[in-house]
Amino acid sequence: DIDDVGHKYHLELVLEDVLDKDSTVNCTAEVLYHLGNKNSAPSVQFTLEEELKNTDEADNIFYNRIKSLEKELVAENIPDSHGNVSPEMEPVRLLAWVASGYVIWQNSTENTKFQLAQIKHVKQVKRSDEYLEFDYTILLHEMVSQEIIPWQMTVLWHPQHGVQVTQDSRQPKHASE
Amino acid sequence: MKILLVFAALVAAACSEQLFVGDQVLRVTASNEEQLTLLRVLGEQAELQVDFWRHPTSPGHPVDMRVPFPSLQAVKIFLESNSISYSIMIEDVQELLDEEKKTMMKSRRIERSTNTFDFASYHTIEEIYDWMDTLVDDYPSLVSKIQIGQSYENRPLYVLKFSTGGSNRPAIWLDTGIHSREWITQATGVWTANKIAEEYGHDPSITAILDSMDIFFEIVTNPDGFAFTHSSNRMWRKTRSINAGSHCIGVDPNRNWDAGFGGSGSSSNPCSETYRGPYAHSESEVKAIVDFIIGHGNVKSVISIHSYSQMLLFPYGYKTAPPPHYQELNELAKKAVSDLAAAYGTKYTYGSIANTIYLADGTTVDWAYDNGVKYSFTFELRDTGHYGFLLPSTQIIPTATETWPALLDIMVHVLEHPY
Repeated sequence: DIDDVGHKYHLELVLEDVLDKDSTVNCTAEVLYHLGNKNSAPSVQFTLEEELKNTDEADNIFYNRIKSLEKELVAENIPDSHGNVSPEMEPVRLLAWVASGYVIWQNSTENTKFQLAQIKHVKQVKRSDEYLEFDYTILLHEMVSQEIIPWQMTVLWHPQHGVQVTQDSRQPKHASE
Repeated sequence: MKILLVFAALVAAACSEQLFVGDQVLRVTASNEEQLTLLRVLGEQAELQVDFWRHPTSPGHPVDMRVPFPSLQAVKIFLESNSISYSIMIEDVQELLDEEKKTMMKSRRIERSTNTFDFASYHTIEEIYDWMDTLVDDYPSLVSKIQIGQSYENRPLYVLKFSTGGSNRPAIWLDTGIHSREWITQATGVWTANKIAEEYGHDPSITAILDSMDIFFEIVTNPDGFAFTHSSNRMWRKTRSINAGSHCIGVDPNRNWDAGFGGSGSSSNPCSETYRGPYAHSESEVKAIVDFIIGHGNVKSVISIHSYSQMLLFPYGYKTAPPPHYQELNELAKKAVSDLAAAYGTKYTYGSIANTIYLADGTTVDWAYDNGVKYSFTFELRDTGHYGFLLPSTQIIPTATETWPALLDIMVHVLEHPY
């Protein structure tokens, strides 16, 4: 508790590689939830105790595959109802996961717990520069309220320049549901 | 000619006569137009009753003909004396028919047996309801199906009863699928019900349990919601009841129970995923279970299965104060979670609902506990958020497999601690 400022948490965590459960990296972090101001994201500072694995090869394979597509990538419902993700869509899902992490961070409070539930729709946007751009509509699951929240996010990615969420906005829930 | 054959077939069928004994199917190849004409003439001899399966069309194209046993010799002599080449495709048509009939009956039996139900995939409500009937058929002295009520949209609420006899024995209640989008739970329910039936008489724990107690298992606890997740919205959680004065549908069936009803752990907004409903037990799906358990009068444990988060929880959800049996429930949860992890290393946390997950009022287990059911637990199955509700079907059997020893731990404890 920091008077007039907010609540600060010291965390010791272990990062686990989703694609390789035995690959872990220790991490320490400080998270500050600001008092009163619901519109500002918590401040985060972190230190990785080891270096993250190099993923250049896989990144370049995915990058080149998308770059060489004749038509812009379009897909829906990843995973599908049965939890299936086709191998070609797996990197698209992982990219959404990373990007949704940013959206979740920007919208978290001490009383929320968000997870990416599903990619409802993804559409590649043609670009003249070297970046890949994807327009995602995702569903976020908020654990405390149990709500499923549609969210739009525009994601830029390049193997050497990383992930950027250039635009995101909460979407209204369908009236039919 | 055809009508005569059909009539003969009907008569034969009525008299259960075998029609095709010794009949053969010959494959004949006419090498020129002359031979082709001869074959056509052969077909026109009514007394021979040659039945073309493939008619004479042009030279070189095979002609298939079924020749009744009494005409075989005459037909073969005719073909040979005219140098028309042929081979025997089917030595005995009736034998083939008998074989086919056997195979068809066998496959129909297999379809109706629980042995070929695909436990490793997600199923529709119809498939699960059909499978329930096959389970009862396969274990008639152990399993029966009862209906405890109807859903809002009038779907039957079915409960599988596992009993080796007695009269109103102390019982364990299990339910899955109260939140329809938690598909891993109904799938685990199906596997587990099958496991209980399979293991009775083999596994010492389940055998001991069923020798003294009954198990009641409701697999599709929210059938309307479940049907909706298949037809319209995979992420649907609540019931499908219409809310007066609102365009939003459904009540959270796990906030609708009369235990701490109406607090901050549920919502008064019909559009909310945790809407508690207009009053406690307003939902027919909930009321049916309430009436059943109260009416039964001898239920000693209620285990309600949800997903996701990988937790094993016990009361209370509507308050942070510990329940009177906190120590015992906590110890039992600790053991169950440890045995669950032994299978694949899946880590569960455990504790009271309020302290482990969040404040939630009007829950199943709080109601059960406050109504004298001491051993009331909620499972939150896999995973912790990576796939969440969309858990890949490849994880169904591992999830069910690891949960089984944890369930057994609780049920054995209930057996060994009568009250």
